Amino acid sequence: MINDNNQLLYNINNLHQIYNGRTILNINHLSIYKQEILAIVGPNGAGKSTLLRILNFLEAAHNGQIYFDGESIEKTPSIHTIRKVAMMFQNPQLLNKSVRSNIEYGLKLRGKRSNELVLQETLKNVGLNQYAQNKVSSLSGGELQRVAIARTLILNTKALLLDEPTSNLDPYNTDLIEQLIRTHHKLHKSTIVLVTHNLHQARRLAHRCALLLDGNLIEISSTKDFFEKPNDKRVSEFIHGKIIY
Amino acid sequence: MTLFKLTRIIRTSIYCIGIILLGCQRNADPNNTLTLATTTSTENSGLLDHILPDFEQNFDSKIEVIAVGTGQAIALGKSGNADVLLVHAPDLENTFVNQGYGTKRYQVMYNDFIIVGPKSDPASIRGIKDASRAMTKIYKQNAPWASRGDESGTHMKENYLWSQVNITPKSADNWYYSLGQGMGATLQFANETDSYTLTDRATYLMQADILPYLTIMVGGDHIRNNLDQNLYNLYSIIPINPNKHQYINHDLALQFTNWFTSTNTQTHIANFGKEKLGQPIFYTFVR
Amino acid sequence: MPNSLTESISLILSLDKDLIDITLLTLRITLSSLTLSIIIGLPIGTLLGLSRHIPARGFIMAFLYTGMGLPPVVVGLVVFILLSRSGPMGHLEWLFSPNAMILAQTIIALPIIVGLTMASTGSTHPSLPQQVTSLGATKLQTAITILSESKYGLLAAIAATYGRIVAEVGAVLLVGGNIETKTRVLTTAIVLETRKGAFGFALGLGLILLTITFVANIILLRFGNWNNDQR
Repeated sequence: MINDNNQLLYNINNLHQIYNGRTILNINHLSIYKQEILAIVGPNGAGKSTLLRILNFLEAAHNGQIYFDGESIEKTPSIHTIRKVAMMFQNPQLLNKSVRSNIEYGLKLRGKRSNELVLQETLKNVGLNQYAQNKVSSLSGGELQRVAIARTLILNTKALLLDEPTSNLDPYNTDLIEQLIRTHHKLHKSTIVLVTHNLHQARRLAHRCALLLDGNLIEISSTKDFFEKPNDKRVSEFIHGKIIY
Repeated sequence: MTLFKLTRIIRTSIYCIGIILLGCQRNADPNNTLTLATTTSTENSGLLDHILPDFEQNFDSKIEVIAVGTGQAIALGKSGNADVLLVHAPDLENTFVNQGYGTKRYQVMYNDFIIVGPKSDPASIRGIKDASRAMTKIYKQNAPWASRGDESGTHMKENYLWSQVNITPKSADNWYYSLGQGMGATLQFANETDSYTLTDRATYLMQADILPYLTIMVGGDHIRNNLDQNLYNLYSIIPINPNKHQYINHDLALQFTNWFTSTNTQTHIANFGKEKLGQPIFYTFVR
Repeated sequence: MPNSLTESISLILSLDKDLIDITLLTLRITLSSLTLSIIIGLPIGTLLGLSRHIPARGFIMAFLYTGMGLPPVVVGLVVFILLSRSGPMGHLEWLFSPNAMILAQTIIALPIIVGLTMASTGSTHPSLPQQVTSLGATKLQTAITILSESKYGLLAAIAATYGRIVAEVGAVLLVGGNIETKTRVLTTAIVLETRKGAFGFALGLGLILLTITFVANIILLRFGNWNNDQR
């Protein structure tokens, strides 16, 4: 068990989440390995965002055991544990400040002085180095999304949770953000959980893919197997657009 | 902007203007309205409510009463915002008439002032006959003193009493409280803070049951036991000079003066309050 | 009336001692009340604004909105009864003192601060607290961030509250007693001087009162802009 756990960042058993008597999540077992990119796909309302919030300890599960980084997670873990994870929300809310202030926000929370080199590098990577001092209210949708991912990536957390990071973006911005994710993973080897509706994106980025349906984990397997020879019929139905909700 | 919005804005504006105009509406017939500026003591005593309906009926008119301190009532007279005054500060009244703001001064009734204070009587003035002498003791003891401080007739009287013994209290003194408020509020202040104060007997008697910590120090329990001439409180009526301002209703002011000094009204005044307090609130000159 | 205006302006320009004393006392009392109500009201308002699921939230809101419209004279009356020597807090001997005025004005200001803080922090995006936590904010840091994000609403709230208490006359008159050099403030002095017919002095006081609210609003707006443009 212990040896196995060394490979795992998350080890989750019997996870249930219930809102107002309605079961949102019902996952018997889910392991997330260190350094992997895991894509979670599934129709709207499958429980993907809820799962991410639980992985970020922003909400406590109704019941279940969660081991994270060798630690058993209680209802509200310490800020130290929460800070090992960072999430980019589906609709990122930026602060009414400059681009630069938004990007270094998380570092400031941690009491870290932002390394000017890293900051400039990050600004350059997201193509906003000329706009560092601009208020975010003057940015376009794609630029906002880039600021949002930059403020999350710069924290260099063990786990990175991305909730539809490219939804509503044009191909240019989508590609740019995928590049950012790829580069970041190459450099820092962090664990990335990616929720996406874009199956091509899942295929391009992820090592493993999982299908969530009605709060149930239907299948989790390597990206190759997931798309080419899934075990469960529903996976192939989903990837061919035949599951209608 | 759609036509609908435009009509709605216009309609709302019309309503607003209408409401504003309603607020501005003056009495239908200004010839039959008399503005009487008087002191809070007469208003608080309830005398006006008691006698004025008789005038309004007989002369088919309406009296608007503005109850303020005498100094303030006189200011209203000077600025032409009143037709007639009913006040109690003889010196100010004489100056007012001499300057031509009022046509004549008619003495119509009187009562008296008393000094009230905390039952513990820290300045030991209870029973002193002479008000100024009692106030000297208060000054020497630095016992708390509440002053109307509003240039009312009562305030003038207080200043006069201090001046008789060459004392000039300053508002910064820690024993002297210059309130700038009416008699009722000043009595309540004295009751709460164990202060002495000068009050007209009428207001004190009307409120005595809610002033449990105060009692009469100087002036006795009845005007006939008040032995200090300085404490007499004389009320006068002054019609405003119509030549000084436009819109002064002088005719009605004269009718009001005649009515007020008539035997009938004077008897009414002299009987007012007897039943409730066991003594009259105002005394008149007609027997 | 033109005479009154020139008289009032020359009183202000000559730095009339009475005018200055009344103004200083007014500032002391209103700024104390404002500070107290911010210290108490800001955390409560933020807490209410951020907890969207507390039970009886609707009831609390109704209660607050009623409190925001509290007639100052009613507050004055209640504080008077409380502090009166026969009242439950009579032993403090606060009636007719600046303390009583600060207490009354704090009571007037508190629901406005709490209500408007609740409204402006509550109008940030519902997921903002979680997003901020996800970036590593402690509960306190989250609250500070939300407050900073709602700063325009908060500044407007503070300006509105200050405007209300500095212009308020009913409560300070009842519980302060309008004692010259001790509890006389701009509004109660204006009432008195107008009644005395001293229109020039009253107008001078009125001009100062207007200036104070004007300057307060300018300061708050500048403060907001400065934060806004920070580079």
